[in-house]
Amino acid sequence: MVDREAAIRVRGLRKVYGARAAVDGIDLDVAAGEIFALLGPNGAGKTTTVEILEGYRRRDGGEVTVLGVDPAVATGRRAAADPAARGWRRRIGIVLQGTGEFDELTVGEVVRHFARFYPDADDPAAVIDRVGLTGKVTARTHTLSGGQKRRLDVALGIVGRPDLLFLDEPTTGFDPEARREFWGLVRDLRATGTTIVLTTHYLEEAEALADRVGVIAGGRLIALDTPRQLGNRDSALATVSWRTPDGTWHRTESAAPTAVVTDLAARFDGEVPGLTVTRPTLEDVYLDMIGAR
Amino acid sequence: MSTASLGLRQGGLEIRQFLRSREQVMFTLAFPAIMILVFGSIFTGEIGAGVKFTQYFVTGMIATGLMTAGFQALAIQIPMERDRGVLKRLLGTPMPKWVYFAGKVLMVAFIAVLETAILLAVAALLFGLDLPDSGAKWLTFLWVSVLGITACTLCGVAFSSLARTGRSAPAVVTPVALILQFTSGVFFVFTSLPTWMQNVAAIFPLKWMCQGLRAVFLPESFGAREPAGSYELGRVALVLGLWCVVALVLCLTTFRWTTRRDG
Repeated sequence: MVDREAAIRVRGLRKVYGARAAVDGIDLDVAAGEIFALLGPNGAGKTTTVEILEGYRRRDGGEVTVLGVDPAVATGRRAAADPAARGWRRRIGIVLQGTGEFDELTVGEVVRHFARFYPDADDPAAVIDRVGLTGKVTARTHTLSGGQKRRLDVALGIVGRPDLLFLDEPTTGFDPEARREFWGLVRDLRATGTTIVLTTHYLEEAEALADRVGVIAGGRLIALDTPRQLGNRDSALATVSWRTPDGTWHRTESAAPTAVVTDLAARFDGEVPGLTVTRPTLEDVYLDMIGAR
Repeated sequence: MSTASLGLRQGGLEIRQFLRSREQVMFTLAFPAIMILVFGSIFTGEIGAGVKFTQYFVTGMIATGLMTAGFQALAIQIPMERDRGVLKRLLGTPMPKWVYFAGKVLMVAFIAVLETAILLAVAALLFGLDLPDSGAKWLTFLWVSVLGITACTLCGVAFSSLARTGRSAPAVVTPVALILQFTSGVFFVFTSLPTWMQNVAAIFPLKWMCQGLRAVFLPESFGAREPAGSYELGRVALVLGLWCVVALVLCLTTFRWTTRRDG
């Protein structure tokens, strides 16, 4: 995609279940080519928001445009008559939260079959290779491990070469090594111009991948920034800690940690034992935001 | 790829899945044949008018087989696939929705043909079943089977929205199928049932499928013993056709691609 228009534009989004507003007025823009991470506790309205964008659920209020089309129109009864709506699904890849299973079919059969749904699909063998399942091409899907099933989910999400890819908790069940590999895959996709909307419970994942992070709590978007700046992390007080020769640990919070360190260096006349300077992690500011600390 | 060939591919995949699940293959394909073995061994005599019990019961077994392949299989399989997220995932792709149903229809047709052929072969070899002896009877066999399995398939798809979870589906579907079998002339000679039971069974497709198949496998003269004094082929077509229409409307209006917890 060459245009830099917004891939997603949301204004005043509302979704009500009974008397409870699951999504209560969300505004959001995701630029084309961006990796956007949506964070939030379970039940905060994250999945509802994403599923409205994906065309799985209907909204009760507000405006939504995804790749220039209203998902409710693109998946509605009149969609067949509207060329823009008809092409919409082809441009979107979805990796759902749970793993779907295909019983007795093999990895290769499922990926090849899904590739046929798209007019401009990627080579199935190449896609299987990218997600690291080449050794499992002829394995029945029900014999795969949790992490392997998740890779298959991802393969099915990207085989159609989507312009916009939704990843809903994609690395649940991955070991650290597999997670790093997966991050590499996501970065590769972004390099080819794919816009990515990621929901995750792993804060380090959001930090490693996302250009911007949105935090949803209570159906509202309570913060929106780059991972570095979220919750004023970059300007928050730094914690300096060190050890004195008697073995006691010391720590102090400071807005000017460099001065503290210089001072310490002078006192110790060189190397300060056990010196660390830290600012709040993304997880710290996130937990503060959702009131969990 | 054209969407027509997509439907064929989907059917191929469904059939492959079926053939790979060994228990399902054994149960589905062998069950009607086993039933005719049991019935044929117990009831060795004649119903009357020169008609053997086996000749009568084979019609019920064919109809039951068609109902199992169309109605029971889909009404159980679809909720399970819905639970496993297969349907939700397909919905998120540009696959035209009818392709999914085309796949199911092709699978049902494949199973129905195979299962009926095995049943007829077993009955003919072991119990001396008389196969239809005229082109007209084979033609009746064909249209009753096609119309019957169409009605059953559509009913199965419509019924699939009733089960809340894949796990509860067999509990919802099996009693319906069993009761219909007992009241529609599968396990008993239909006219030996109480009249009220005959009347209730006449609302549902299975009774009419059995009756239509009796017109194929039993002598013309035996039709005089039917409740209406004939095989009523016109009415068989009418009732089965009506069920197709009603079930199709239900399918189009009530089919669910996602589970209730998905909203």
